[in-house]
Amino acid sequence: MKFLVLISNVPDTTTKIRFVDDNKAFDTTGVQWIINPWDELALTRAVELKEAGGIEKITVANVGESITEATLRKALAVGADDAIRIEAKPKDAFYVATQLAQVAKNYDVVMVGIEASDYNGSAVGGMLAEILGFNSVSAVSGMNIENGQLSLTREIDGGQQKIDVETPVVTIVQKGIAIDPRIPAMRGIMMARKKPLTVVPAVDAEEKTEYISFELPPPKAACKLVDEDNVKELVRLLQEEAKVL
Amino acid sequence: MSLLVYTENWDGKFKKLSFELVSYAKAMADKLNLPVTALSIGNVADDELKQLGNYGASKVLNVADNRFDSLDNKALAEAVAHAAKSENAQIIIFSHNNVGKAIAPRVAVKLNGGLVSGVTALPESFDPFVVKKKVFTQKAFAHVQIDPDIKILTLAQNSFELIETENNAVTETYDPQVADDVFSTTVKETNKVTGKVLLTDAEIVISGGRGMKGPENWGQLEELADILGAGLSCSRPVSDEGWRGHEEHVGQTGKIIAPNLYFTFGISGAIQHLGGVSSSKFIVAINKDPEAPIFEAADYGIVGDLFKVLPQLIEEVKKM
Ligand SMILES: Cc1cc2nc3c(=O)[nH]c(=O)nc-3n(C[C@H](O)[C@H](O)[C@H](O)COP(=O)(O)OP(=O)(O)OC[C@H]3O[C@@H](n4cnc5c(N)ncnc54)[C@H](O)[C@@H]3O)c2cc1C
Ligand SMILES: Nc1ncnc2c1ncn2[C@@H]1O[C@H](COP(=O)(O)O)[C@@H](O)[C@H]1O
Repeated sequence: MKFLVLISNVPDTTTKIRFVDDNKAFDTTGVQWIINPWDELALTRAVELKEAGGIEKITVANVGESITEATLRKALAVGADDAIRIEAKPKDAFYVATQLAQVAKNYDVVMVGIEASDYNGSAVGGMLAEILGFNSVSAVSGMNIENGQLSLTREIDGGQQKIDVETPVVTIVQKGIAIDPRIPAMRGIMMARKKPLTVVPAVDAEEKTEYISFELPPPKAACKLVDEDNVKELVRLLQEEAKVL
Repeated sequence: MSLLVYTENWDGKFKKLSFELVSYAKAMADKLNLPVTALSIGNVADDELKQLGNYGASKVLNVADNRFDSLDNKALAEAVAHAAKSENAQIIIFSHNNVGKAIAPRVAVKLNGGLVSGVTALPESFDPFVVKKKVFTQKAFAHVQIDPDIKILTLAQNSFELIETENNAVTETYDPQVADDVFSTTVKETNKVTGKVLLTDAEIVISGGRGMKGPENWGQLEELADILGAGLSCSRPVSDEGWRGHEEHVGQTGKIIAPNLYFTFGISGAIQHLGGVSSSKFIVAINKDPEAPIFEAADYGIVGDLFKVLPQLIEEVKKM
């Protein structure tokens, strides 16, 4: 089985969010870029499965400009075999999914994160599957290969299900797929330099949505503090002021 | 033309979010002078289907076809697209949860529409069509324009009030004509609890962090949750340590919730934790460290020892 793990390049999760250009663009000054946390967990699971002998090859792919190559190299250091960067500025989800479709059609299993931590679209995986006519399974929290067959666990309301699904398939992964992300070791970093990173041109694609402007939430009013020995007052406030009890 | 709402049920009863979605669609439909159609897939009794009328649906399409129980995304998307076409729907609304996130993008591609997910309010204009959504894991908002004629939205939970109206919904049995060979998901095993408050549906959520010291102390949180009919959640280290199950972990990498009241005990309020809970209407923090970041996010708080506060709190809410 051949695996494709999609890698979105996002600001570190502790980044202070600011906007520039009249609130029309995200301020990337001083931003540390990382592999989107979900994609990092997806890749971790793929590498574990490959080590167990279930996977032939793991490719990672990103739609982005040259600055994302550092992130792709990190993915290679974690254990992917090769990387593909589609040379384009990611616009909306449909645009990105259309770019990825040209690559993803050659794989049995595509692993995608539930959302990118920047624009929180939760859309690329589903769109990619629909463009290719692949099935998609979402909320995937476990993945195994049993007798050459893909076996998945997914989260449903109030619990979990074990399912079989035919390949090719797009799996949209979330919490549980792997516990801790794999950190590249020195040897991995050395090897990553020699692994192939192919750049492919973008195809023509439509953009269906446009970001007009951004805003930060209004500052929150100060927290009302109640004395430790006056829990009664807290309950009163919740009942009479907030009206939530 | 119409607006189409994808509703969800939990063991045959509509989730609160379904009424929220219909209320939201109705508010939009009134401005556009269009009717709201609700789509229900699953086994829901006629009386329950009629409830959707109370929030503004004028028609309910009822798909009681158990092939959809396998939650096959491809088949579900086909069913929604079929309904959207037969209702000539211009605007299609889902919840921004696992189900909506799974189906809406597929429907958008099928119908050549534009999708915005995690929308938090009614559109600010219809021509051009612009909506507000959350970005950067709840740290900011964006205003996004949808260009194609067909607009698809997923609505962030608890971002719109339920509004009851005097509508009478017509319910129709509906066959979305999805062929057998579209279904390719086989369910081998299901483990689910029923009869418990769904965390993502709960109005009040009680949450414990590492300050709870160990799993043996959760009895008091359970008692409090019981009295208040609340859901229980926890911070990531708590589920990583195995003190509580993974399904209770909330935050950027866990569940995203937006209850009316979010009660935290011994949670420091790390940015990744807040990423999953900051849309709660009110946040209460009990923490012994006055410098803990949770107090910047909280509306009410007690700086103190949670083990002293909890028993008093339980006594007080019992008196309510
Ligand atoms: C990529 C990434 C994703 C992450 N995703 C998540 C996520 O989704 N959800 C999440 O929760 N975390 C997440 N984290 C972890 C997060 O950064 C914090 O480490 C975590 O939230 C801390 O959990 P905590 O508040 O329970 O524990 P701590 O930070 O250890 O805080 C415990 C608190 O309890 C208080 N306390 C101790 N004893 C008492 C007492 N007797 N009475 C009152 N107060 C007491 C302390 O003052 C302290 O503030 C993520 C981290 C990363 C890097
Ligand atoms: N520019 C991109 N290149 C490659 N994969 C992407 C890109 N954007 C998003 N993805 C994938 O799609 C997932 C969901 O992203 P989104 O739909 O943007 O929230 C991410 O976790 C990635 O796996």
